Amino acid sequence: MERALHPLESDRLPPSASIAPDSPTALPIDLVVNGKVLAIRVEPWTTLLDLLRDRLLLTGSKKGCDHGQCGACTVLVDGRRIIACLTLAVMRSGCEITTVEGLAGLAEGDAMPPAAIPDAASDAAADSATNAAPALHPLQQAFIEHDAFQCGYCTPGQLCSAVGLMTEGHLGEAQDLDAGIREGMSGNVCRCGAYPQILRAVRQVVLHRARPPAGHAADGNERAAA
Amino acid sequence: MTPFKYVAPRSEEEALQALAEPFAVAVAGGTNLLDLMKENVARPATLVDVNTLGHLGLDRIERLPDGGLSLGALARNSDTAHHPLVRQAYPLLSAAILAGASPQLRNMATNGGNLLQRTRCYYFYDTETPCNKRQPGTGCPARTGLARIHAVLGASQACVATHPSDMCVALAALEAVVHVASVRGRRQIAMAEFHRLPGDTPQIDTALAADELITHITLPPAPPGPGWHASYLKLRERASYAFAMVSVAVLLQVEGGTVRAARIALGGVAHKPWRDPAAEALLLGHAPATEHFEAAADLLMRDAVATGGPAPGSNAFKIPMARRAIVRALEMAQQGVLTNTGELAQ
Repeated sequence: MERALHPLESDRLPPSASIAPDSPTALPIDLVVNGKVLAIRVEPWTTLLDLLRDRLLLTGSKKGCDHGQCGACTVLVDGRRIIACLTLAVMRSGCEITTVEGLAGLAEGDAMPPAAIPDAASDAAADSATNAAPALHPLQQAFIEHDAFQCGYCTPGQLCSAVGLMTEGHLGEAQDLDAGIREGMSGNVCRCGAYPQILRAVRQVVLHRARPPAGHAADGNERAAA
Repeated sequence: MTPFKYVAPRSEEEALQALAEPFAVAVAGGTNLLDLMKENVARPATLVDVNTLGHLGLDRIERLPDGGLSLGALARNSDTAHHPLVRQAYPLLSAAILAGASPQLRNMATNGGNLLQRTRCYYFYDTETPCNKRQPGTGCPARTGLARIHAVLGASQACVATHPSDMCVALAALEAVVHVASVRGRRQIAMAEFHRLPGDTPQIDTALAADELITHITLPPAPPGPGWHASYLKLRERASYAFAMVSVAVLLQVEGGTVRAARIALGGVAHKPWRDPAAEALLLGHAPATEHFEAAADLLMRDAVATGGPAPGSNAFKIPMARRAIVRALEMAQQGVLTNTGELAQ
């Protein structure tokens, strides 16, 4: 039997519907976003992407297509990469969300100092020791070193996707590392065509993590231990 | 999106009661349903979030007493594809799942949802065009229009849509069984009967009733011993992250230089994964040689009919392409090559 459709009342939601916490149809949810605990009310039809961008003003994640086809809205939920535009915020209550804004807080054990970026270095110098900006995530640093972005629009999604790819730990199963990275990053489209540089950046970080302990020779072509 | 009521049941019983209400639809991964809702193609009054049921056990992948495998409906496609029990005993299923969508989407999509995803026909998706599937009786523009992703087998005057899933093609070859529940009880639906042909009622995609929930999918015991080969061949316009123009899942058992068993399922060519037992039977008792593979391919595609308007609308290219793909997939299986999709080591 066919799933019946509801008689249409209104094709369009009012523009502010996604950020109308006082609406009678809004539901309470709890989220941890980039380490910050939030208790908020959202309409059921608010996507996670709209919540992040419109309400929380975390505009790093981008609305490239709003239909799950470009990957620009990729974020990490409980450490796993997902498409935020095809996720309802209410369905992720109780989850930990990491956006590109929160990547610098991850992997601090092997994060690199922001010395390569003049502004970040001067900001860091201006801050007191207790307020120093966190160092960039190794992937962010690698993207800079390898010129892995031009307009930057796909970049937050690429970064979150690459973090997710490395966490998933299946790169060792691919025929070769580059093929595995290409396939593993295939959900992120780049209109500027920075794919070769993105590949190099991700490969560098994957191999750095797979490097044998000091005292052993490292083969630049070794397969990832991920 | 049309405004809707959202409920998050805390038990299977609560979920089934919620689904028994009119205009209530289950949401799990949401990767197809929410997209359809954004396009106003789907406008449920109530969304029943069944993800909680995953935590209650519907996301489990576990061996069955008969040696088969149970795949929870709420298990994510990526977890299913990478699960050791699936990789080891049903590599065809792993390969097919990993050939589809993107890593992010596979992390969200569930096994149940993969079965229930709807066609990606351009006209079905566009509420400004007629579509017999979306609005029965309005017509089928694809038959005289853009039909590159449409069916060459099993279509009707009313509808030429295809089922876009890769996973389902493997499930068809593996002869999976779909287990469903409702307030009225439980039943099983063989994979071959789960998806329908469009006929005069293209608005009905599957045998699932409106109040039924898929709980798990079971696979028969994997064939034991040597001599079994599988392959999943996917042909598409991009190297990754694209639906199939044509895909082929093959299971082949060769013993003593002779084919003992064969399963061939086609994707991207019909409203459901396509199998023809007569074509499979043609291979039995013969050497696994190209001439026999070609005979099977010819039989499988014998009733194929192109549709669509003048180029670039016509899907006539699919017929010789499918014929060649069937032969290629059988050869791949014979050579021990699992897939052309590059994700998994061969």
